[in-house]
Amino acid sequence: MTDTADRLDAQSIQGVVIRFAGDSGDGMQLTGDRFTSASALAGNDLVTLPEFPAEIRAPQGTLAGVSAFQVHISDHDIHTPGDEPDVLVAMNPAALMSQLGRLKSGGTIILNTDAFDERNLEKCGYEVDPRDNGTLDDYIVHEVPMTSLTLGAVEELDVKKRDAERSKNFFALGLISWMYTRPLEPTIEWVNEKFAKVQTVVDANVMALKAGHAFGETTEMFGDQYEVAAAPNEPGTYTNITGNVATSWGMVAAGQLAKLPVFLGSYPITPASDILHELSRHKNFGVRTFQAEDEIAAAGAALGAAFGGHLAYTTTSGPGVALKGETIGLATSMELPMVIIDVQRGGPSTGLPTKTEASDLFLALYGRHGESPLPVVAAYSPSNCFDMAIEASRLALKYRTPVIYLTDGYLANGAEPWKLPDVDSLPDISVSFTTEPNGDNGEFLPYLRDEIGSRPWAIPGTAGLEHRVGGLEKANVTGNVEYDPDNHGLMTDLRQAKIDGIANDIPLAEVDAVDGAKILLVGWGSTWGSIKAATERLREAGTPTDRVHITHLNPFPSNLGDILRAYDHVIVPELNKGQLIQILRGKYLVDAKGVNKVKGLPFTGGEVVEAVESIVAGTSQGVSL
Amino acid sequence: MTDVTLDPTKRGYWTSDQDVRWCPGCGDYGILAAMQFLYADLAADPDTEVSKENTVFVSGIGCAARFPYYMNTYGMHTIHGRAPAIASGLAAARPDLDIWVVGGDGDMLSIGGNHLIHALRRNVNMKILLFNNQIYGLTKGQYSPTSEVGKVTKSTPMGSIDAPFNPLSVAIGAGATFVARTHDLDRKHMMATFKRAHEHRGASFIEIYQNCNVFNDGAFDAVTKRAARDEMMIDLVHGEPITFGAESQRGIVVDNGTAEIVEIADVDSSRLLVHDEGRDDPSLAFALGQLAHDRQSPTPFGVFRQVERPEYTDGVTNQLLAANEQQGPGDLHALLHSGATWDVN
Ligand code: SF4
Repeated sequence: MTDTADRLDAQSIQGVVIRFAGDSGDGMQLTGDRFTSASALAGNDLVTLPEFPAEIRAPQGTLAGVSAFQVHISDHDIHTPGDEPDVLVAMNPAALMSQLGRLKSGGTIILNTDAFDERNLEKCGYEVDPRDNGTLDDYIVHEVPMTSLTLGAVEELDVKKRDAERSKNFFALGLISWMYTRPLEPTIEWVNEKFAKVQTVVDANVMALKAGHAFGETTEMFGDQYEVAAAPNEPGTYTNITGNVATSWGMVAAGQLAKLPVFLGSYPITPASDILHELSRHKNFGVRTFQAEDEIAAAGAALGAAFGGHLAYTTTSGPGVALKGETIGLATSMELPMVIIDVQRGGPSTGLPTKTEASDLFLALYGRHGESPLPVVAAYSPSNCFDMAIEASRLALKYRTPVIYLTDGYLANGAEPWKLPDVDSLPDISVSFTTEPNGDNGEFLPYLRDEIGSRPWAIPGTAGLEHRVGGLEKANVTGNVEYDPDNHGLMTDLRQAKIDGIANDIPLAEVDAVDGAKILLVGWGSTWGSIKAATERLREAGTPTDRVHITHLNPFPSNLGDILRAYDHVIVPELNKGQLIQILRGKYLVDAKGVNKVKGLPFTGGEVVEAVESIVAGTSQGVSL
Repeated sequence: MTDVTLDPTKRGYWTSDQDVRWCPGCGDYGILAAMQFLYADLAADPDTEVSKENTVFVSGIGCAARFPYYMNTYGMHTIHGRAPAIASGLAAARPDLDIWVVGGDGDMLSIGGNHLIHALRRNVNMKILLFNNQIYGLTKGQYSPTSEVGKVTKSTPMGSIDAPFNPLSVAIGAGATFVARTHDLDRKHMMATFKRAHEHRGASFIEIYQNCNVFNDGAFDAVTKRAARDEMMIDLVHGEPITFGAESQRGIVVDNGTAEIVEIADVDSSRLLVHDEGRDDPSLAFALGQLAHDRQSPTPFGVFRQVERPEYTDGVTNQLLAANEQQGPGDLHALLHSGATWDVN
């Protein structure tokens, strides 16, 4: 166990990027997740990047089956999971082969040598053992027979060899925990809870964990231990949170803040399903979850619940948004509140289900027939998903409109420490149902708008306000079916004006500015961390650079045009082929340049820095990575 | 004169102020009237509680789907095929409401077939009316999923080659707990059937033979015209032997799972099928549903099946109550602190 003497010996470092990689059956996500939690409890700032194959179990030992988890821990404020890992833990040859290119030159590799047999080498295409032919010369390599050491450690337990081997990820975790002076207790506690049903599994995992730790301590192989101190954070209570959990809690919170029951209609889809899972656990908040027969029904059920007076959501990813388009259009016509949450993933079609991309912006803004404007918001970090879920709900309720709220796979599965908000400080987003006739003659006029253009929300059960809503064009004020050309023009304008008016009800865009900057980086969504890191590096390198991050993508903050026009260089990094930039160029007539990446991965800070430098130097009109 | 719009026991109370826009002579008029009269009757019935504020009609797209506009209740005219899904969400959110779903054969069995079967399998508390006119009316006359093979329409000039759905078979196959058939020419029968559906807890499915006099006129004449009724309509009465014909001379026997029409005189009376709506096993109801395989042979009407099964929205409510009991009422502060936390001072 880590005692005080250890800690005194440990060499202090500012931060480290560790990448755990292995077969998808090796439990690398769990290993990374546990190391992250222990680091979070130690007060580090951290950012994670889980990467796993779309298949549940790709063929064992193959490149396709490699699952990796990168975590960046630091004693100061950080924004990305790290450009290049310092340490790679490779549980088999396929993991080594697929991940080696990412490792920092001179970085550390910890190999499970037991997995380096001929069959495994062959499976991933190594003709010669990379340990023998100089492939690893530029790295510090630690060869550890993790499988056999694990088997030895759990020998006394009555478990089958195959089951015992499965604990080797805990051995790796124990070893890394020793190297970075992470206490084992939180992990032991977690193992006890998680595997409570099978005592032998608890015992095997804990024994393997301790064995890994002891191995680091007793062999001289590893030299120094390292310690990453707590990051100086604002005082408060923190928790480690992923984007999907933050979104889910934001939805629960929005229900409380709106004083309305929450209804979620959803259909399982990667990477959004975890929101459905999480919400299903919180029925004690009056949350209803409806796993529908398909994406369309999921949106439809939500719309039905909205008509019934619930705070209605549907959660999905891009393919699901495509299917829900007609229902969302109906909601814009019925002018009922609902929130569509799109956890974006690589497209088109099935694309890269487990990888991140931000290519649904056009879909969100324009993916319906007819003139059907609606608000679009996007979260920028895992914890920000909580706030944006509430913000999307606020806009939907207040303006009686569907709202599309965008996150992505990187935010959804990535984690960061989150300073928990004081519940009392959260905004009141409640609205009132209409309960009395609003017409001069005592009649109810379902499309008589208020000063912000919102129509009354009168729910079934309210006597005297019986009315019918539908997708046919409605007469202004009365809401009766109406085909008159001028009325259609008027209604189209009224719907548009209502959404445009939201610009007056959202925060102005804030520029992270320094003196003398001629460059502005404009971002949206999960690129926030990479762009922030790049901005800081550019400034450190003597290039004053400003940065603005857009959370409200329709309508835009009202000051955005003025901000953009104030710079010589406007550069828009996006994880798509240039969607926001096209809108900015069209709307504000600025000669913005794009930095684009569509590889299923977030930007590294370095990629953005290099792209900006080449654009500013005039060697490039835009960078496509 | 009293104002009928103020008296719930009058049809006018349940009639909205919107002009009805179906083609003159359309069977939909009769169905609408039956529904409005039914609600007037229900309002007059001291044992039933109905109100226009607690009643919602949800529809998809098609001629039939205009129905909600004409009922002076809450209503949603939604998108093609999706009404059962939208109504399921409304029901799950608001189990207190009295919900009807209205659609045609194209709406419910073609574009919306998926939602129909899932609403039935879940047994969501709502009444689903399928206006079967065996044609696409609103899009001006293409064959539908219930059109007979060989049907010549604008989209099938050489005749349709699709085998049609039997709506009742679909419903029974999907596990529907209430399945019935009625037709647009018999208001009394419609009202009685709707009333039974209204009393049922769970998803009710009613096929209504509806005449589209513009694009498929007379589709059901061979069965439902007054002169044909005695010989062609089989009235299902729970607990009684199924008989029909002017002299009640014909009956039904089930042989090897297949229902067959027989002359009563020709068989031992013990073999005649006695109608049992409440039979848990759906195979007899299915066999009866298969009896009218075309529109030219004797066709059963009435309630084919009515069984008790756990209702979906009850399940939703029970889980909310159970969660509240087990976890205590939701506490947002506690939720946010439910993971591992640490303090920075
Ligand atoms: S087209 Fe047919 S179903 Fe439609 S309103 Fe006319 S008659 Fe009725």
